[in-house]
Amino acid sequence: MESPAHQEAVTSEGVDMEAIMQQVAEHKGCGTTGDSGKSSCGSSAGESDLPPEIWEKVKNHPCYSEEAHHHFARMHVAVAPACNIQCNYCNRKYDCANESRPGVVSERLTPEQAAKKVVAVAATIPQMTVLGIAGPGDPLANPAKTFKTFELIAQTAPDIKLCLSTNGLALPEHVETIARYNVDHVTITINMIDPEIGAKIYPWIFYNHKRIEGVEAARILSEHQLRGLEMLTERGILCKVNSVMIPGVNDAHLIEVNKAVKARGAFLHNIMPLISAPEHGTVYGLTGQRGPSAQELKALQDACEGGANMMRHCRQCRADAVGLLGEDRSAEFTTEKIMDMEVNYDLEQRKAYQDAVELERVAKVEAKKEELQGLSGEDSDIKVLAAVATKGNGLINEHFGHAKEFQIYELSAAGSKFVGHRRVDLYCQGGFGDDTALETVIRAINDCHAVFVAKIGGCPKADLTKAGIEPVDEFAHEFIEKSAISWFKTYLQKVKSGEVAHFPRGDAEIRQGALISEGERKVCDGV
Amino acid sequence: MAYKIVASQCTNCSACEAECPNEAISEKGGTFVIEPAKCTECIGHYETAQCVAVCPVDKTCILDAAYPRYQPA
Repeated sequence: MESPAHQEAVTSEGVDMEAIMQQVAEHKGCGTTGDSGKSSCGSSAGESDLPPEIWEKVKNHPCYSEEAHHHFARMHVAVAPACNIQCNYCNRKYDCANESRPGVVSERLTPEQAAKKVVAVAATIPQMTVLGIAGPGDPLANPAKTFKTFELIAQTAPDIKLCLSTNGLALPEHVETIARYNVDHVTITINMIDPEIGAKIYPWIFYNHKRIEGVEAARILSEHQLRGLEMLTERGILCKVNSVMIPGVNDAHLIEVNKAVKARGAFLHNIMPLISAPEHGTVYGLTGQRGPSAQELKALQDACEGGANMMRHCRQCRADAVGLLGEDRSAEFTTEKIMDMEVNYDLEQRKAYQDAVELERVAKVEAKKEELQGLSGEDSDIKVLAAVATKGNGLINEHFGHAKEFQIYELSAAGSKFVGHRRVDLYCQGGFGDDTALETVIRAINDCHAVFVAKIGGCPKADLTKAGIEPVDEFAHEFIEKSAISWFKTYLQKVKSGEVAHFPRGDAEIRQGALISEGERKVCDGV
Repeated sequence: MAYKIVASQCTNCSACEAECPNEAISEKGGTFVIEPAKCTECIGHYETAQCVAVCPVDKTCILDAAYPRYQPA
């Protein structure tokens, strides 16, 4: 049952922070009793937060382990175009903004083409460890194509982990098949457990040969999602839950969703911001439904931290993305190029590369630990955010002007914590108009006290300083967390000595638009 | 009347192809088309035309006025 206060919270115009904070108060503490067996308060789902058998399964999975996403890559193959539900944040005619469906310019693949693509990519990118089917429709609304693809890949590239992402409507009827095909991970998008709220998100579902609308549609969908989740976790298949945060619709309600999915064994909960702009042609875009600000998103994610492990590194990537999260190399692997490629799939070589990555990871963790010890004497309650320009591998290794996104770390006396990322690349539509690139970046990281870069020019340096964000280039090509903690120690000392005055920063903007590849950006620019 | 697909609206998502009880729908030249001779408007199969019910874009699967309404035998 929903409390009246809660009802009020979700029907109000904006994000009701008071309602969220009230729920936080009721929901505090580390969940140690849930089915997933989580043993501590982990936010970034690291080795110390997860039972060993789960850690073993996720440690090289970029979409499940924040730490792994610096080192390992994933790819999606777009073999599943049909969908069985309609969401107000998705417009199939143009593109799906939130679930990052490929647009009209992307290619659909047959299972055979997809299998060839996977092998070609895996042979070229040895850190590619994960293959996902995420659409552009719903994989389980296209079961024949989806499972045929898995079957072919299991034959030619047996070391690659298989996953799929679904809205859950057809999940219960396919759980047995999912288990039979050794699918390691399933992601279910669950935006509500209350059909009244669901009716505001889903106009209809197609079920049992009928189009069903309104509360009844949402009731059926929710029932299938939760039952499917239970059935998967009972069989030991790892489940992540994605939720789209829609201010004024399901924002406060997502705390209830978090509890419900945790209780059913979801090991990770990924709350993503709504992406909504009129040019997407979605219902929400056209009715002016806004997405959350960076502060609103972080507050909700922080509020859910005691439930299932929170995931904050999701890039809301497209259903045909290739590469490390935050990059997209799909333009290198078009069907035309793949068919001409001579592929040598060398399992040994891939293993050797991944072992080398493993050593680098250990070094990174050790470096962080060492620096953390120096912080142990601090009793300050100052918390700051820092933005980092990185190309991956956990290093500060990107130039300020080349960064397409910044990773955000929260620094406190407890150490450093990855809390999200901000995209700053220009999207073909829905950009910030006449703003300069620098203004766009400053708006995106306006809540940060510092930005760590490998290199930065004189002009942006001055402008950032003027905006109150300290540009830091002295840790170029060093480990992110070790460097950030080191900088933070100095910052605390300066505050203590009175050399600098500590002020809280403002809010920041979340960029609209899904990640698109270079090739497609050119196509879009030409329109 | 048989149903037809408005090509300019079709997203080529293929959802209708799998739902058609008459196998009247197939992909031709980058979009999906309904073979009028095979279309029964789903009469005798389902309460509503399946292509209309599953299509993600409104007014994309529509009755084709060029053909008389389907008469069950």
